[in-house]
Amino acid sequence: MSELIQFLFSGITVGAVYALVALGFTIIYNASDVVNFAQGEFVMLGGMITVFSFAAGLPLPLAALVAILVTAGIGVALNKLAIEPARGAPVVSLIIITIGASIFIRGVTQIVFDKQLHRFPSISGDDPLELLGATILPQSLWVVAGAAAIFVALYLFFTRTMTGRAVLATSNNRLAAKLVGINTNWVMTLSFALSAAIGALAGVLITPITLTSYDVGVALALKGFAAAMLGGMGNPKGALAGGLILGVLEALTAGYLSSQYKEAATFVVILAVLFFMPQGLFGRKSTERV
Amino acid sequence: MKTRTTTAIAALAALGLAGAAQAEIRLGATLSETGPASFLGDPEAKTLEMLVEQINEEGGINGEQVELIMYDDGGDANKARTFATRLIEDDEVHAIIGGTTTGTTMAMVPMVESEEVPFISLAGAIVIVDPVKDYVFKTPHTDRMACQKIFEDMQGRDITQIGMISGTGGFGNSMREQCLDVVAEYGIEVLADERYGPRDADMTPQLTNIRNTDGVQAVLNPGFGQGPAIVTRNFSQLALEMPLYQSHGVASNSFIDLAGAEAAEGVRLPGTALLVGEGLPEDHPQREVVVNYKTAYEDTYDEPVSTFGGYAHDAMMILKDAIERAGSSDPQAIRDAIEQTEGLVGTTGIVNMTPEDHLGLDTDDFLMLEIRDGAWTLVD
Repeated sequence: MSELIQFLFSGITVGAVYALVALGFTIIYNASDVVNFAQGEFVMLGGMITVFSFAAGLPLPLAALVAILVTAGIGVALNKLAIEPARGAPVVSLIIITIGASIFIRGVTQIVFDKQLHRFPSISGDDPLELLGATILPQSLWVVAGAAAIFVALYLFFTRTMTGRAVLATSNNRLAAKLVGINTNWVMTLSFALSAAIGALAGVLITPITLTSYDVGVALALKGFAAAMLGGMGNPKGALAGGLILGVLEALTAGYLSSQYKEAATFVVILAVLFFMPQGLFGRKSTERV
Repeated sequence: MKTRTTTAIAALAALGLAGAAQAEIRLGATLSETGPASFLGDPEAKTLEMLVEQINEEGGINGEQVELIMYDDGGDANKARTFATRLIEDDEVHAIIGGTTTGTTMAMVPMVESEEVPFISLAGAIVIVDPVKDYVFKTPHTDRMACQKIFEDMQGRDITQIGMISGTGGFGNSMREQCLDVVAEYGIEVLADERYGPRDADMTPQLTNIRNTDGVQAVLNPGFGQGPAIVTRNFSQLALEMPLYQSHGVASNSFIDLAGAEAAEGVRLPGTALLVGEGLPEDHPQREVVVNYKTAYEDTYDEPVSTFGGYAHDAMMILKDAIERAGSSDPQAIRDAIEQTEGLVGTTGIVNMTPEDHLGLDTDDFLMLEIRDGAWTLVD
C-alpha cells in the first residue's frame, strides 16, 4: 500500500511539472491557434534568470520576480520581432518560427549565462513530509499549488473577463474580432506576455526539483505538449488533467512494470486516447461553418 | 592593374614564406563546446587555450611556438569527422586532441588512422583503445575501471548484494553494461536493475522498488548530468539506510551543490586527484600538478575546475612531453614518443603507455572519494 502511495506522490510531482508547462501553451494557442514551441524556453529562462539573479545577491522572491518580468518581456519581443511581421502567414509557418525562436533563445542563453546545470534552494526546505508511509518533498506541493492557482486564474480569465473573451474571439476569427473593436495586435502581445510569464513561473517552481540548464526547455516542452494534447489543446482543465495523468502513468509504469519502458508505455496510452478522441479528453469539437 | 596583381602575388608569397619560416607546431582540436556535451567540451576547450598560451609564454616546445587550431563540433559525429579532415588536409596539423564524446571520437578514428596523425581522445568508452589502434590514445579512465574500483570498495565493506539504477543515456548505458560484465568477478550479485531517462525529474518509484527488494546492501548509480543529483536527493527523501555509489561521470563540485550537501553526505565515487585538490596529502605525487592546474584555471576563468578540463590538461601534457622527447614535430615521431610515455604525472593519474596500452592508467589511479560535510574526502 505504501508503495502505491509513493508511486502516486512521484506521479503527482512529475505530473504537476508537466501540467505547469502545458498550461503555458493555452493562452497563445487560444489567441492564434499557434502551438508555441518556444514555451519550454520560457520555462528554462524562468529558472536560469532566477539562478543568476539569486547568485548575484538578490533575495529569492525578488530574483523570481525579475525572472518572470524579463521572460514576459522576451515573450513580447518574440511576438513583435518574429510573429507580428509574419502576420499573414499560415499557422504552420508561425509554428516553425517559434521552433526557430526556441533554438535562438537556447543559443543566446548558453552564451549569456553558461552550459552548466544549476539549482536554487527550495521554497520551504528539503525535509520530506511523511504521509501514509510514503514521503513527498514540500517543493512538490508548491508545484501542485502553482499549477492549481494558474489553472483557476486562466479559467476565470477566459470565462469571466472581457480581455479573456477578446483573446478567444481573436482566435475564432481575427477579422470579425477586429470589426467588433478588438485590438487584435494588442491581444497577441498580451497573450505572449502572459504565456511567457506563466512559463517563467513554472521554471521558478520546478527548478529545485528538476534542476535547470540552457537546454532543459526542449524535453519540458515535448512533455508539456504531450500533456496538453492528451487533455485537449487550449483548455486549461485539459492541460492540468493531461499533465497529472501523464505523470501518474509514468510513475506507475516505472513502479509496477519496467522503468526502462515507462515512456513508451505512456505514449501508447496517449496514442490510444487520441485515436478515439482526436480532440483530447477535454478538447472542444471544432465545427467549420461553410 | 597588372603591377597590382604582381604585388599581391608577391605579398602572398612573402606571407607563405614567413609562415613556413616560423616552423610552428600546429596542434588541432575538435571539441564539443556547444550542444548536449558542452558541459564537458567547454572546460576542455578553455583548458587547451589556457595551456597553449602558458606554453608559448614559456618559450614554446623545443623553442617552437604552438599554434592551436580548434573547431566546435557541437557533439555531432558528422561534423567531428569533417573537422578532422579539415585539420589534417587544410591545416596540416601535427597532432589532434579531441573527441569530447565517444561518438565524435569514433567518427574521427578512421581518418587519423589512414592519414597517420597522432590523436588523443578525451572520451570515456573502452572501445577507443581496445583493440589498440596505432595512432589513437586517450586520457580518461574507462567506465570498466570505474566499475572495478567501486566493486573493490564494496568488497572492503562486505557488500555482496546490490541494486543498480542506471541512466538510459550513452554514458549510463555503457557503464551499466561494463559493471554487469565484471560484477561476478567480485562475488557481488545485482538483485535490482532499474533505469531512468536522462531528463527524468523524479526517481522515487525505481528507488522504492530497490528498497523493497530483499537483501540489497548498497545502490550503484551509473549516469551523468542531472539524473544522479536527482537520484541522490530522492535517495535521501526515501531515507534509504544503505551506502550510495555514484560514478566518475558526476565527479565535480557542482554535483554536491545540485544534490545538496545534506543529501549527498556519505555518497562515494571513484574520482581523480583533481577533485580533492589542496586536500591531498603533502607527499601525494599528483599534488603539485593538480594544484598548479586548478589555481591557473580558476584564476583565468573564475569558475571551478572540473575533471573534464583535467582530461584536456593531461592530453596536452602527454603531447608536450612526447614532442620534447621526439625532438621534432613529425607526426610519426610524436606517435612513437607518446607510446613510450612513462611516469607522466597528470591530473587523472600517472600515465605509463605501452604498445599494448594506449591509456596508460590503472584502477589504482582512481581515488575512492566520499562526500563529508559538503566536501570531497579521500577514503582510507
